[in-house]
Amino acid sequence: MRSTRGSAEVGPDALFEVRDLSVRFATPRGDVTAVRGVSLEIGRGECLAVVGESGSGKSQLFLACLGLLAAGGAAEGSATFDGRQLLGPDDAKRRSLLGTRVAMVFQDPMNALTPHLAIGRQLAEVALDRGLMDAEAARARSLDVLQAVRLPDAGSRLRQYPHELSGGQRQRVAIAMALMTRPELLIADEPTTALDVTVQAQVIEVLAEARDRGLAVALVTHDMGVVAGIADRVAVMYAGRIVEVAPARDLFAAPAHPYTAALLASVPRLDASPAERLAGIEGQPPSPGVEPEGCAFAPRCPAVLEACRRHRPLLERFDDRSVACHAHRRSQGHGS
Amino acid sequence: MAGSIRASATTEGTLWGDARRRLRGNRAAVAAAAFIGLLVLAALLGPLVSPYALDQVDWTLSPLASPPSLANGHWFGTDSNGRDLFVRVWAGTQISLLVALLATAVSVVIGVAWGATAGYLGGRVDGWMMRVVDVLYALPYMFFVIILTVVFGRSLWLIFLAIGAVGWLTMARVVRGQALALRQREFVLAAVALGLPARRIIARHIVPNVLGTVIVYATLTVPQVILFESFLSFLGLGVQEPLTSLGRLVAEGALEMETAPWQLMVPAGVLALLLLALNFLGDGLRDALDPRLG
Repeated sequence: MRSTRGSAEVGPDALFEVRDLSVRFATPRGDVTAVRGVSLEIGRGECLAVVGESGSGKSQLFLACLGLLAAGGAAEGSATFDGRQLLGPDDAKRRSLLGTRVAMVFQDPMNALTPHLAIGRQLAEVALDRGLMDAEAARARSLDVLQAVRLPDAGSRLRQYPHELSGGQRQRVAIAMALMTRPELLIADEPTTALDVTVQAQVIEVLAEARDRGLAVALVTHDMGVVAGIADRVAVMYAGRIVEVAPARDLFAAPAHPYTAALLASVPRLDASPAERLAGIEGQPPSPGVEPEGCAFAPRCPAVLEACRRHRPLLERFDDRSVACHAHRRSQGHGS
Repeated sequence: MAGSIRASATTEGTLWGDARRRLRGNRAAVAAAAFIGLLVLAALLGPLVSPYALDQVDWTLSPLASPPSLANGHWFGTDSNGRDLFVRVWAGTQISLLVALLATAVSVVIGVAWGATAGYLGGRVDGWMMRVVDVLYALPYMFFVIILTVVFGRSLWLIFLAIGAVGWLTMARVVRGQALALRQREFVLAAVALGLPARRIIARHIVPNVLGTVIVYATLTVPQVILFESFLSFLGLGVQEPLTSLGRLVAEGALEMETAPWQLMVPAGVLALLLLALNFLGDGLRDALDPRLG
């Protein structure tokens, strides 16, 4: 389990595997491509963080895998969980995995719980619907998971309604709900974005604990601080493509892709002098409607080369990491 | 503590269990419910208590229309044909309550199921389901009822059915609009992500969230239905003499408004009180079903 950490790829025992996944949305003004041929894998008990700015396609990637694309969205490629195909029209097959072996947590805790159902009912719903537990067992398990997410006074929480809880508490209930059926993979789509910083730390800790007990976590976020707290590996997305995958420690120590470097530089640091300006990334990401020629980051890239504007760099292995960048390739002594 | 947790496994935490508890805390709603209960009792027992029959003309009166009086035993007076209004008002209340209850129930059940399904599934299914509603809307209502009565003969149940069968159209549209909005909410997405089947998501996550609107709309439907019944009866398609309904009694009373005002005031008063109580109850129910207001 631990051995998978520290390498750009998981190897043959990947629990969750995405191959060449593309996501397209049909809009009145033509097709928009949100995800362009992304491949990644997650091993058992591993936490992969997928980072990128808004619109980079990181959320759509996972929504597509779970069949949750908005109207007009279509996914191509392959996404397998434990060897079983998630994409495609077979709804029943996908549903049999969802909620039992694969669970998802969403961004907005305010809306993630049904307002008129008491917490206890919501927690038990999936287990009861699948006939996995009887009411008594579901109750016991509900108390367990609420304690696991460190919600104090779990017994009386079961009778409360979502509006009686704070945002952080609701997000923890949402995570507890995902943990009910002991899933093997948890997909967390920006689980901390809507929370304040202290609560963020608690939520990340809860996820890290679940990971340490063997749960694989796919964490979608744009918050590098969150990534540092939990991720084993990090995949950086830009304009619908993965531009760099690396073990978290290596990525933070020495980002290879200029975009990763820029992302890291834009995180405020406590040890920076107050006079120093926070580095932003100049320019705008390309609009998802048009496929840019060459590297999508080229117009904003400080290390841009002539080749970047003409040829799109492919994702290539360099020791422990994979990077899609001409400049990095050249610096590693590969061809011109 | 252990006892209260155990209780939560039964009624606490369920939608209706908690709603009942919250409803009990709403004094206006409880009073309204009690009053409706009284009216129902009166409607059932009133005709039995009175010495007069529904269609019995009291020839001892002169003129035949007698104002309310304790002396001659006509507590609510008599109508222009000398029939006892006390008996007729309560018999009419029976009919009106039945129509209101059944027709509203039919329209709520069909309307909510249809609208929630169309709104949640969306897309082409929604398109077709709502086109069906549009087509039914376009049929002239009276025409529809007349055909029904001609084909199946005149019966009380047919009126319930006919009124309910048309009433659900608006309900379906109202519910569908709400379901469309709810479909985009994250808790519905979360339910899909948990792999719950559509039928269960509609029943547990969509319908309960539209109940507030449904109840308010249903409360508005009740008076409409009662009045529509009297309109049908007036055309000779509804309840027939000697049976009567509140709507009919009001219509007949209105003709004698100047000479025998009690003929209007008594049934109109009962109808108004009934509708008022229903409104209070509906309001209370809506609040009770929303845990945020509990």
